[in-house]
Amino acid sequence: MNTVYILWQRQLKRFYRNKSRVIGSFAQPLLFLVAFGFGFGPVFEQAGQGSYLQFLVPGIISMSVLFSSIFSGIELIWDKQFGFLKETLVAPVSRLKIMIGKVLGGATIAVMQGIIILLISLLFGFKIYNIWFALLSILAMLITAILFTAIGTAIASKLTDMQGFQLLMNLLVMPLFFLSGALFPLENLPKAISIITSLNPLTYAVDLIRYFLIGINSFSVVISIIILIILMSFSVVIASKLFSRMEV
Amino acid sequence: MIKIKNLTKVYGKNTVVDNISLEVSRGEIFAFLGPNGAGKSTTIKMLTTILKPTSGNVSLNGFDIFKDSKKVRESFGIVFQDPSVDDELTAYENMKIHAVLYKVPKIEIEERIKKLLNIVELYERKDDYVSTFSGGMKRRLEIARGLLHVPKILFLDEPTVGLDPQTRKHIWEYILKINKLEETTIFFTTHYMDEVEKVAKKVSIIDKGKIITTGNIKDILKKTKTKSLEDAFIKITGYNIREEEASNLDRMRLGRKLHSRK
Repeated sequence: MNTVYILWQRQLKRFYRNKSRVIGSFAQPLLFLVAFGFGFGPVFEQAGQGSYLQFLVPGIISMSVLFSSIFSGIELIWDKQFGFLKETLVAPVSRLKIMIGKVLGGATIAVMQGIIILLISLLFGFKIYNIWFALLSILAMLITAILFTAIGTAIASKLTDMQGFQLLMNLLVMPLFFLSGALFPLENLPKAISIITSLNPLTYAVDLIRYFLIGINSFSVVISIIILIILMSFSVVIASKLFSRMEV
Repeated sequence: MIKIKNLTKVYGKNTVVDNISLEVSRGEIFAFLGPNGAGKSTTIKMLTTILKPTSGNVSLNGFDIFKDSKKVRESFGIVFQDPSVDDELTAYENMKIHAVLYKVPKIEIEERIKKLLNIVELYERKDDYVSTFSGGMKRRLEIARGLLHVPKILFLDEPTVGLDPQTRKHIWEYILKINKLEETTIFFTTHYMDEVEKVAKKVSIIDKGKIITTGNIKDILKKTKTKSLEDAFIKITGYNIREEEASNLDRMRLGRKLHSRK
Protein backbone atom coordinates (compact mmCIF):
# COMPACT_ATOMS: atom_id res chain seq x y z
CA MET A 1 0.00 0.00 0.00
CA ASN A 2 2.82 2.31 0.94
CA THR A 3 4.43 1.84 -2.43
CA VAL A 4 1.22 2.73 -4.20
CA TYR A 5 0.77 5.78 -2.00
CA ILE A 6 4.26 7.20 -2.45
CA LEU A 7 4.12 6.81 -6.24
CA TRP A 8 0.64 8.32 -6.34
CA GLN A 9 1.88 11.24 -4.30
CA ARG A 10 4.87 11.69 -6.59
CA GLN A 11 2.57 11.95 -9.59
CA LEU A 12 0.48 14.64 -7.90
CA LYS A 13 3.49 16.63 -6.81
CA ARG A 14 4.90 16.56 -10.31
CA PHE A 15 1.60 17.85 -11.60
CA TYR A 16 0.90 20.77 -9.31
CA ARG A 17 4.49 21.94 -9.29
CA ASN A 18 4.38 22.38 -13.01
CA LYS A 19 2.26 25.48 -13.34
CA SER A 20 2.23 25.48 -17.12
CA ARG A 21 0.80 21.98 -17.07
CA VAL A 22 -1.87 22.97 -14.58
CA ILE A 23 -2.95 25.98 -16.63
CA GLY A 24 -2.64 24.15 -19.95
CA SER A 25 -4.88 21.37 -18.76
CA PHE A 26 -7.78 23.74 -18.19
CA ALA A 27 -7.33 25.95 -21.18
CA GLN A 28 -8.51 23.47 -23.79
CA PRO A 29 -11.72 22.32 -22.08
CA LEU A 30 -12.62 25.92 -21.30
CA LEU A 31 -12.10 26.92 -24.90
CA PHE A 32 -14.41 24.14 -26.03
CA LEU A 33 -16.94 25.12 -23.41
CA VAL A 34 -17.01 28.75 -24.44
CA ALA A 35 -16.79 28.24 -28.20
CA PHE A 36 -19.31 25.44 -28.49
CA GLY A 37 -21.47 26.44 -25.54
CA PHE A 38 -22.06 29.95 -26.67
CA GLY A 39 -21.57 29.32 -30.38
CA PHE A 40 -24.07 26.51 -30.82
CA GLY A 41 -26.32 27.53 -27.96
CA PRO A 42 -28.80 29.61 -30.01
CA VAL A 43 -29.23 26.93 -32.73
CA PHE A 44 -29.70 24.22 -30.13
CA GLU A 45 -32.36 26.23 -28.33
CA GLN A 46 -34.20 27.10 -31.56
CA ALA A 47 -34.41 23.38 -32.25
CA GLY A 48 -36.31 23.05 -29.01
CA GLN A 49 -33.64 21.09 -27.15
CA GLY A 50 -33.33 23.46 -24.20
CA SER A 51 -30.10 24.99 -22.96
CA TYR A 52 -27.02 23.80 -24.84
CA LEU A 53 -24.73 24.82 -21.97
CA GLN A 54 -26.62 22.43 -19.68
CA PHE A 55 -26.20 19.70 -22.26
CA LEU A 56 -22.59 20.44 -23.08
CA VAL A 57 -20.98 20.76 -19.63
CA PRO A 58 -21.05 17.02 -18.80
CA GLY A 59 -19.54 16.37 -22.23
CA ILE A 60 -16.71 18.83 -21.64
CA ILE A 61 -16.07 17.36 -18.20
CA SER A 62 -15.80 13.92 -19.78
CA MET A 63 -13.49 15.33 -22.38
CA SER A 64 -11.11 16.83 -19.86
CA VAL A 65 -11.10 13.58 -17.89
CA LEU A 66 -10.44 11.62 -21.08
CA PHE A 67 -7.60 13.84 -22.32
CA SER A 68 -5.90 14.16 -18.99
CA SER A 69 -6.06 10.47 -18.16
CA ILE A 70 -5.04 9.04 -21.50
CA PHE A 71 -2.17 11.50 -21.94
CA SER A 72 -0.87 10.71 -18.47
CA GLY A 73 0.75 7.70 -20.14
CA ILE A 74 3.39 10.16 -21.27
CA GLU A 75 4.64 10.25 -17.69
CA LEU A 76 5.64 6.64 -18.07
CA ILE A 77 7.59 7.36 -21.25
CA TRP A 78 9.16 10.30 -19.51
CA ASP A 79 10.27 8.05 -16.64
CA LYS A 80 11.59 5.53 -19.13
CA GLN A 81 13.64 8.15 -20.94
CA PHE A 82 14.95 9.94 -17.90
CA GLY A 83 15.70 6.86 -15.92
CA PHE A 84 13.39 7.10 -12.94
CA LEU A 85 11.52 4.03 -14.09
CA LYS A 86 14.64 1.92 -13.58
CA GLU A 87 14.79 3.08 -10.00
CA THR A 88 11.31 1.70 -9.41
CA LEU A 89 11.83 -1.48 -11.43
CA VAL A 90 14.90 -2.64 -9.48
CA ALA A 91 13.16 -2.03 -6.16
CA PRO A 92 11.87 -5.05 -4.26
CA VAL A 93 8.22 -4.27 -4.94
CA SER A 94 5.84 -5.85 -7.40
CA ARG A 95 5.35 -4.17 -10.73
CA LEU A 96 1.62 -4.35 -10.21
CA LYS A 97 1.93 -1.97 -7.28
CA ILE A 98 4.10 0.40 -9.29
CA MET A 99 1.55 0.39 -12.08
CA ILE A 100 -1.40 0.88 -9.74
CA GLY A 101 0.36 3.85 -8.14
CA LYS A 102 0.87 5.36 -11.57
CA VAL A 103 -2.65 4.74 -12.78
CA LEU A 104 -4.25 6.07 -9.61
CA GLY A 105 -1.99 9.13 -9.74
CA GLY A 106 -2.97 9.90 -13.32
CA ALA A 107 -6.63 9.18 -12.63
CA THR A 108 -6.70 11.42 -9.56
CA ILE A 109 -5.33 14.34 -11.52
CA ALA A 110 -7.89 13.72 -14.26
CA VAL A 111 -10.78 13.66 -11.78
CA MET A 112 -9.57 16.84 -10.11
CA GLN A 113 -9.60 18.51 -13.49
CA GLY A 114 -13.11 17.26 -14.13
CA ILE A 115 -14.26 18.68 -10.80
CA ILE A 116 -12.63 22.03 -11.48
CA ILE A 117 -14.25 22.26 -14.92
CA LEU A 118 -17.55 21.50 -13.19
CA LEU A 119 -17.00 24.31 -10.67
CA ILE A 120 -16.02 26.76 -13.38
CA SER A 121 -19.14 25.79 -15.36
CA LEU A 122 -21.26 26.74 -12.37
CA LEU A 123 -19.86 30.25 -12.76
CA PHE A 124 -20.97 30.24 -16.39
CA GLY A 125 -24.52 29.50 -15.26
CA PHE A 126 -24.55 25.68 -15.35
CA LYS A 127 -27.11 24.22 -12.93
CA ILE A 128 -26.88 20.78 -11.37
CA TYR A 129 -30.22 19.26 -10.50
CA ASN A 130 -29.26 17.39 -7.35
CA ILE A 131 -26.22 17.88 -5.17
CA TRP A 132 -26.00 14.20 -4.13
CA PHE A 133 -26.17 13.01 -7.69
CA ALA A 134 -23.50 15.54 -8.56
CA LEU A 135 -21.26 13.85 -6.01
CA LEU A 136 -21.97 10.52 -7.69
CA SER A 137 -20.79 12.04 -10.95
CA ILE A 138 -17.33 12.24 -9.36
CA LEU A 139 -17.39 8.49 -8.96
CA ALA A 140 -18.31 8.14 -12.62
CA MET A 141 -15.41 10.42 -13.48
CA LEU A 142 -13.09 8.22 -11.43
CA ILE A 143 -14.11 5.03 -13.22
CA THR A 144 -13.70 6.79 -16.54
CA ALA A 145 -10.33 8.18 -15.51
CA ILE A 146 -8.98 4.80 -14.38
CA LEU A 147 -10.21 3.22 -17.61
CA PHE A 148 -8.40 5.69 -19.84
CA THR A 149 -5.30 6.08 -17.67
CA ALA A 150 -4.86 2.33 -17.88
CA ILE A 151 -5.20 2.48 -21.68
CA GLY A 152 -2.64 5.28 -21.85
CA THR A 153 -0.28 3.35 -19.57
CA ALA A 154 -0.71 0.16 -21.58
CA ILE A 155 0.21 1.93 -24.81
CA ALA A 156 3.06 3.82 -23.17
CA SER A 157 4.51 0.53 -21.91
CA LYS A 158 5.10 -0.38 -25.53
CA LEU A 159 6.54 2.91 -26.72
CA THR A 160 9.73 4.82 -26.06
CA ASP A 161 9.27 8.11 -27.82
CA MET A 162 7.04 10.93 -26.71
CA GLN A 163 6.21 12.47 -30.04
CA GLY A 164 5.08 9.06 -31.25
CA PHE A 165 2.93 8.61 -28.20
CA GLN A 166 1.30 11.99 -28.60
CA LEU A 167 0.56 11.41 -32.24
CA LEU A 168 -0.97 8.06 -31.55
CA MET A 169 -3.02 9.37 -28.66
CA ASN A 170 -4.38 12.25 -30.71
CA LEU A 171 -5.43 9.74 -33.33
CA LEU A 172 -7.28 7.83 -30.64
CA VAL A 173 -8.63 10.63 -28.52
CA MET A 174 -10.23 12.80 -31.18
CA PRO A 175 -12.66 10.19 -32.54
CA LEU A 176 -13.40 9.01 -29.00
CA PHE A 177 -14.39 12.53 -28.08
CA PHE A 178 -16.22 13.65 -31.22
CA LEU A 179 -18.19 10.44 -31.59
CA SER A 180 -19.34 10.11 -28.02
CA GLY A 181 -22.40 12.21 -27.50
CA ALA A 182 -20.31 14.77 -25.64
CA LEU A 183 -21.29 17.43 -28.15
CA PHE A 184 -24.64 16.29 -29.55
CA PRO A 185 -27.67 14.26 -28.40
CA LEU A 186 -27.62 10.60 -29.43
CA GLU A 187 -31.28 10.53 -30.45
CA ASN A 188 -32.21 10.51 -34.16
CA LEU A 189 -28.66 10.05 -35.42
CA PRO A 190 -27.97 8.40 -38.77
CA LYS A 191 -27.67 4.65 -38.32
CA ALA A 192 -23.89 4.44 -38.91
CA ILE A 193 -23.04 7.19 -36.44
CA SER A 194 -25.44 5.67 -33.95
CA ILE A 195 -23.63 2.32 -34.12
CA ILE A 196 -20.21 3.91 -33.82
CA THR A 197 -21.21 5.96 -30.81
CA SER A 198 -22.64 2.94 -29.07
CA LEU A 199 -19.31 1.14 -29.50
CA ASN A 200 -17.41 4.03 -27.96
CA PRO A 201 -16.64 3.61 -24.25
CA LEU A 202 -16.65 7.35 -23.72
CA THR A 203 -20.32 7.47 -24.80
CA TYR A 204 -21.31 5.62 -21.63
CA ALA A 205 -19.11 7.81 -19.47
CA VAL A 206 -20.64 10.96 -20.93
CA ASP A 207 -24.13 9.56 -20.57
CA LEU A 208 -23.59 8.58 -16.96
CA ILE A 209 -21.97 11.84 -15.96
CA ARG A 210 -24.73 13.75 -17.75
CA TYR A 211 -27.35 11.75 -15.89
CA PHE A 212 -25.77 12.49 -12.52
CA LEU A 213 -25.43 16.18 -13.28
CA ILE A 214 -28.61 17.14 -15.14
CA GLY A 215 -30.77 14.03 -14.95
CA ILE A 216 -30.87 13.31 -18.69
CA ASN A 217 -29.62 10.06 -20.19
CA SER A 218 -29.90 7.88 -23.31
CA PHE A 219 -28.83 4.53 -21.85
CA SER A 220 -29.89 2.81 -18.68
CA VAL A 221 -27.72 3.94 -15.77
CA VAL A 222 -27.10 0.38 -14.64
CA ILE A 223 -25.97 -0.70 -18.09
CA SER A 224 -23.60 2.25 -18.40
CA ILE A 225 -22.09 1.50 -15.00
CA ILE A 226 -21.65 -2.19 -15.82
CA ILE A 227 -20.06 -1.47 -19.20
CA LEU A 228 -17.67 1.07 -17.71
CA ILE A 229 -16.63 -1.17 -14.83
CA ILE A 230 -16.03 -4.13 -17.14
CA LEU A 231 -13.96 -2.01 -19.53
CA MET A 232 -12.06 -0.48 -16.65
CA SER A 233 -11.15 -3.87 -15.18
CA PHE A 234 -10.19 -5.15 -18.60
CA SER A 235 -7.93 -2.20 -19.36
CA VAL A 236 -6.27 -2.40 -15.93
CA VAL A 237 -5.49 -6.09 -16.50
CA ILE A 238 -4.05 -5.39 -19.95
CA ALA A 239 -2.01 -2.48 -18.61
CA SER A 240 -0.57 -4.56 -15.78
CA LYS A 241 0.34 -7.34 -18.22
CA LEU A 242 2.16 -5.00 -20.57
CA PHE A 243 3.72 -3.04 -17.75
CA SER A 244 5.16 -6.09 -16.04
CA ARG A 245 6.64 -7.35 -19.29
CA MET A 246 8.42 -4.12 -19.96
CA GLU A 247 12.22 -4.20 -20.23
CA VAL A 248 14.46 -1.18 -19.96
CA MET B 1 28.48 -12.80 -2.89
CA ILE B 2 28.00 -12.73 -6.68
CA LYS B 3 28.08 -15.95 -8.65
CA ILE B 4 27.56 -15.88 -12.39
CA LYS B 5 27.49 -19.08 -14.40
CA ASN B 6 27.31 -19.28 -18.18
CA LEU B 7 25.30 -16.09 -18.44
CA THR B 8 24.17 -15.31 -21.99
CA LYS B 9 22.00 -12.67 -23.61
CA VAL B 10 21.01 -12.90 -27.24
CA TYR B 11 19.14 -10.21 -29.17
CA GLY B 12 18.03 -11.68 -32.47
CA LYS B 13 21.30 -12.71 -34.09
CA ASN B 14 23.48 -10.67 -31.76
CA THR B 15 25.03 -12.37 -28.77
CA VAL B 16 25.60 -9.40 -26.51
CA VAL B 17 26.75 -11.37 -23.50
CA ASP B 18 28.35 -14.67 -24.38
CA ASN B 19 28.51 -17.40 -21.78
CA ILE B 20 30.27 -15.50 -19.02
CA SER B 21 31.11 -16.96 -15.62
CA LEU B 22 32.39 -14.95 -12.71
CA GLU B 23 32.62 -14.87 -8.95
CA VAL B 24 32.96 -11.91 -6.64
CA SER B 25 33.36 -12.51 -2.94
CA ARG B 26 32.04 -10.54 -0.03
CA GLY B 27 33.59 -7.14 0.56
CA GLU B 28 35.54 -7.29 -2.65
CA ILE B 29 35.92 -4.31 -4.98
CA PHE B 30 35.51 -5.64 -8.46
CA ALA B 31 36.04 -3.76 -11.70
CA PHE B 32 34.20 -4.92 -14.78
CA LEU B 33 36.00 -3.40 -17.75
CA GLY B 34 35.51 -3.38 -21.48
CA PRO B 35 35.21 -1.08 -24.48
CA ASN B 36 31.90 0.54 -25.37
CA GLY B 37 29.32 -2.01 -26.38
CA ALA B 38 31.23 -4.90 -24.83
CA GLY B 39 28.21 -6.01 -22.83
CA LYS B 40 28.93 -4.43 -19.46
CA SER B 41 25.67 -2.62 -18.98
CA THR B 42 23.67 -5.54 -20.35
CA THR B 43 25.34 -7.80 -17.80
CA ILE B 44 24.54 -5.39 -14.99
CA LYS B 45 20.94 -5.16 -16.14
CA MET B 46 20.65 -8.94 -15.96
CA LEU B 47 22.33 -9.11 -12.57
CA THR B 48 19.92 -6.51 -11.26
CA THR B 49 16.84 -8.39 -12.53
CA ILE B 50 15.57 -5.82 -15.01
CA LEU B 51 16.61 -7.80 -18.07
CA LYS B 52 15.91 -11.47 -18.59
CA PRO B 53 18.97 -13.54 -19.49
CA THR B 54 18.66 -15.88 -22.47
CA SER B 55 20.38 -18.56 -20.44
CA GLY B 56 22.64 -19.05 -17.45
CA ASN B 57 22.48 -18.80 -13.69
CA VAL B 58 23.15 -15.96 -11.33
CA SER B 59 23.01 -15.82 -7.59
CA LEU B 60 23.43 -12.67 -5.53
CA ASN B 61 23.88 -12.76 -1.78
CA GLY B 62 22.92 -16.45 -1.97
CA PHE B 63 19.63 -15.79 -3.78
CA ASP B 64 18.80 -16.94 -7.28
CA ILE B 65 17.84 -14.05 -9.58
CA PHE B 66 14.99 -16.06 -11.10
CA LYS B 67 13.50 -17.70 -8.05
CA ASP B 68 14.11 -15.06 -5.40
CA SER B 69 14.12 -11.88 -7.41
CA LYS B 70 12.62 -9.93 -4.54
CA LYS B 71 15.33 -11.02 -2.11
CA VAL B 72 17.92 -10.28 -4.75
CA ARG B 73 16.54 -6.78 -5.19
CA GLU B 74 16.70 -6.16 -1.47
CA SER B 75 20.36 -7.20 -1.51
CA PHE B 76 21.79 -4.65 -3.88
CA GLY B 77 21.90 -0.95 -4.54
CA ILE B 78 22.66 0.47 -7.94
CA VAL B 79 23.87 3.61 -9.60
CA PHE B 80 22.95 3.40 -13.25
CA GLN B 81 24.98 4.71 -16.12
CA ASP B 82 22.32 7.31 -16.93
CA PRO B 83 20.84 9.40 -14.14
CA SER B 84 17.72 7.92 -12.60
CA VAL B 85 16.66 10.54 -10.10
CA ASP B 86 13.46 12.52 -10.49
CA ASP B 87 14.46 16.05 -11.46
CA GLU B 88 11.13 17.53 -10.49
CA LEU B 89 11.37 16.36 -6.90
CA THR B 90 13.74 17.50 -4.17
CA ALA B 91 16.76 15.48 -3.07
CA TYR B 92 14.95 14.56 0.12
CA GLU B 93 11.83 13.42 -1.74
CA ASN B 94 13.91 11.21 -4.01
CA MET B 95 15.49 9.61 -0.97
CA LYS B 96 12.11 9.25 0.72
CA ILE B 97 10.59 7.40 -2.23
CA HIS B 98 13.55 5.03 -2.24
CA ALA B 99 13.19 4.41 1.49
CA VAL B 100 9.52 3.54 1.07
CA LEU B 101 10.14 1.28 -1.94
CA TYR B 102 12.78 -0.62 0.04
CA LYS B 103 10.65 -0.74 3.19
CA VAL B 104 13.09 1.06 5.41
CA PRO B 105 11.38 1.16 8.84
CA LYS B 106 9.46 4.40 9.18
CA ILE B 107 11.20 5.61 12.32
CA GLU B 108 14.61 5.21 10.73
CA ILE B 109 13.86 6.93 7.43
CA GLU B 110 14.58 10.49 8.45
CA GLU B 111 17.76 9.71 10.31
CA ARG B 112 19.20 7.51 7.60
CA ILE B 113 18.48 10.03 4.88
CA LYS B 114 20.13 12.71 6.96
CA LYS B 115 23.19 10.54 7.57
CA LEU B 116 23.67 9.62 3.93
CA LEU B 117 23.01 13.09 2.57
CA ASN B 118 25.60 14.33 5.03
CA ILE B 119 28.10 11.77 3.81
CA VAL B 120 27.72 12.95 0.23
CA GLU B 121 27.57 16.55 1.41
CA LEU B 122 24.13 17.32 0.10
CA TYR B 123 22.19 17.75 3.31
CA GLU B 124 22.08 21.53 3.02
CA ARG B 125 20.53 21.13 -0.41
CA LYS B 126 18.00 18.49 0.61
CA ASP B 127 14.95 20.65 -0.11
CA ASP B 128 16.16 21.87 -3.49
CA TYR B 129 14.84 20.42 -6.70
CA VAL B 130 17.23 17.97 -8.30
CA SER B 131 16.87 19.90 -11.57
CA THR B 132 19.04 22.59 -9.97
CA PHE B 133 21.85 20.10 -9.25
CA SER B 134 25.05 19.67 -11.28
CA GLY B 135 25.99 16.31 -12.77
CA GLY B 136 28.33 15.56 -9.89
CA MET B 137 25.70 16.40 -7.29
CA LYS B 138 23.18 14.13 -8.99
CA ARG B 139 25.69 11.31 -8.98
CA ARG B 140 26.38 11.83 -5.29
CA LEU B 141 22.66 11.83 -4.61
CA GLU B 142 22.29 8.58 -6.52
CA ILE B 143 25.09 6.97 -4.57
CA ALA B 144 23.51 8.07 -1.29
CA ARG B 145 20.18 6.72 -2.50
CA GLY B 146 21.71 3.40 -3.56
CA LEU B 147 23.11 2.96 -0.07
CA LEU B 148 19.98 3.98 1.81
CA HIS B 149 18.73 0.45 2.36
CA VAL B 150 22.18 -0.82 3.45
CA PRO B 151 22.69 -3.15 0.49
CA LYS B 152 25.18 -6.01 0.59
CA ILE B 153 26.24 -5.28 -2.96
CA LEU B 154 26.59 -1.94 -4.69
CA PHE B 155 26.55 -1.84 -8.49
CA LEU B 156 28.07 1.23 -10.05
CA ASP B 157 27.79 1.57 -13.80
CA GLU B 158 30.31 4.24 -14.75
CA PRO B 159 29.68 6.22 -11.58
CA THR B 160 32.25 8.92 -12.31
CA VAL B 161 31.76 9.52 -16.01
CA GLY B 162 31.85 13.22 -16.87
CA LEU B 163 32.88 14.35 -13.41
CA ASP B 164 35.80 16.56 -12.45
CA PRO B 165 38.77 15.04 -10.59
CA GLN B 166 37.68 16.53 -7.27
CA THR B 167 34.23 15.00 -7.43
CA ARG B 168 35.64 11.68 -8.62
CA LYS B 169 38.00 11.61 -5.70
CA HIS B 170 35.22 12.42 -3.26
CA ILE B 171 32.93 9.80 -4.67
CA TRP B 172 35.56 7.09 -4.43
CA GLU B 173 36.36 8.10 -0.89
CA TYR B 174 32.74 7.56 0.12
CA ILE B 175 32.56 4.28 -1.66
CA LEU B 176 35.75 2.98 -0.07
CA LYS B 177 34.53 4.14 3.32
CA ILE B 178 31.27 2.26 2.94
CA ASN B 179 33.14 -0.76 1.62
CA LYS B 180 35.28 -0.81 4.74
CA LEU B 181 32.57 -0.01 7.26
CA GLU B 182 29.83 -2.30 6.01
CA GLU B 183 31.84 -4.81 3.98
CA THR B 184 29.71 -3.84 1.02
CA THR B 185 30.71 -5.65 -2.13
CA ILE B 186 31.40 -3.20 -4.94
CA PHE B 187 30.84 -4.15 -8.58
CA PHE B 188 31.70 -1.28 -10.88
CA THR B 189 32.43 -0.38 -14.47
CA THR B 190 34.49 2.55 -15.66
CA HIS B 191 36.68 3.75 -18.47
CA TYR B 192 39.13 5.43 -16.11
CA MET B 193 41.95 2.94 -15.65
CA ASP B 194 43.61 5.02 -12.95
CA GLU B 195 40.51 4.56 -10.79
CA VAL B 196 40.71 0.85 -11.28
CA GLU B 197 44.39 0.72 -10.36
CA LYS B 198 43.66 2.64 -7.20
CA VAL B 199 40.66 0.76 -5.85
CA ALA B 200 39.98 -2.58 -7.51
CA LYS B 201 41.08 -5.85 -5.95
CA LYS B 202 39.88 -7.91 -8.85
CA VAL B 203 39.33 -7.06 -12.50
CA SER B 204 37.60 -8.69 -15.44
CA ILE B 205 38.00 -7.49 -18.99
CA ILE B 206 35.11 -8.24 -21.30
CA ASP B 207 34.99 -7.71 -25.05
CA LYS B 208 32.31 -8.61 -27.57
CA GLY B 209 30.33 -10.28 -24.83
CA LYS B 210 33.12 -12.58 -23.69
CA ILE B 211 35.29 -12.33 -20.63
CA ILE B 212 38.88 -12.32 -21.82
CA THR B 213 40.71 -12.21 -18.55
CA THR B 214 39.99 -12.11 -14.84
CA GLY B 215 42.36 -11.63 -11.96
CA ASN B 216 44.12 -9.05 -9.85
CA ILE B 217 45.88 -6.18 -11.57
CA LYS B 218 49.39 -7.53 -11.03
CA ASP B 219 48.56 -10.82 -12.71
CA ILE B 220 46.98 -9.07 -15.67
CA LEU B 221 50.03 -6.84 -16.13
CA LYS B 222 52.29 -9.86 -15.90
CA LYS B 223 50.24 -11.88 -18.34
CA THR B 224 50.10 -9.09 -20.92
CA LYS B 225 53.68 -7.93 -20.24
CA THR B 226 52.56 -4.34 -19.88
CA LYS B 227 53.31 -1.63 -17.35
CA SER B 228 49.92 -0.06 -16.85
CA LEU B 229 46.38 -1.31 -16.86
CA GLU B 230 45.57 1.00 -19.71
CA ASP B 231 48.22 -0.62 -21.89
CA ALA B 232 47.03 -4.04 -20.85
CA PHE B 233 43.47 -3.07 -21.68
CA ILE B 234 44.39 -1.82 -25.14
CA LYS B 235 46.60 -4.80 -25.80
CA ILE B 236 43.75 -7.12 -24.93
CA THR B 237 40.90 -5.34 -26.63
CA GLY B 238 42.70 -3.77 -29.59
CA TYR B 239 43.06 -0.24 -30.93
CA ASN B 240 39.84 0.04 -32.85
CA ILE B 241 37.22 2.45 -31.66
CA ARG B 242 33.93 0.74 -30.88
CA GLU B 243 30.56 1.95 -31.84
CA GLU B 244 27.74 1.88 -29.44
CA GLU B 245 24.08 2.51 -29.94
CA ALA B 246 22.86 5.85 -28.64
CA SER B 247 21.55 5.58 -25.13
CA ASN B 248 18.09 6.76 -24.27
CA LEU B 249 19.58 9.85 -22.80
CA ASP B 250 21.51 10.78 -25.91
CA ARG B 251 18.37 10.47 -27.93
CA MET B 252 16.40 12.48 -25.44
CA ARG B 253 18.86 15.34 -25.23
CA LEU B 254 17.52 16.43 -28.56
CA GLY B 255 13.99 15.47 -27.65
CA ARG B 256 13.97 17.50 -24.49
CA LYS B 257 14.75 20.68 -26.33
CA LEU B 258 11.91 20.15 -28.73
CA HIS B 259 9.63 19.02 -26.03
CA SER B 260 10.43 21.04 -22.99
CA ARG B 261 7.79 21.26 -20.31
CA LYS B 262 9.48 24.00 -18.40
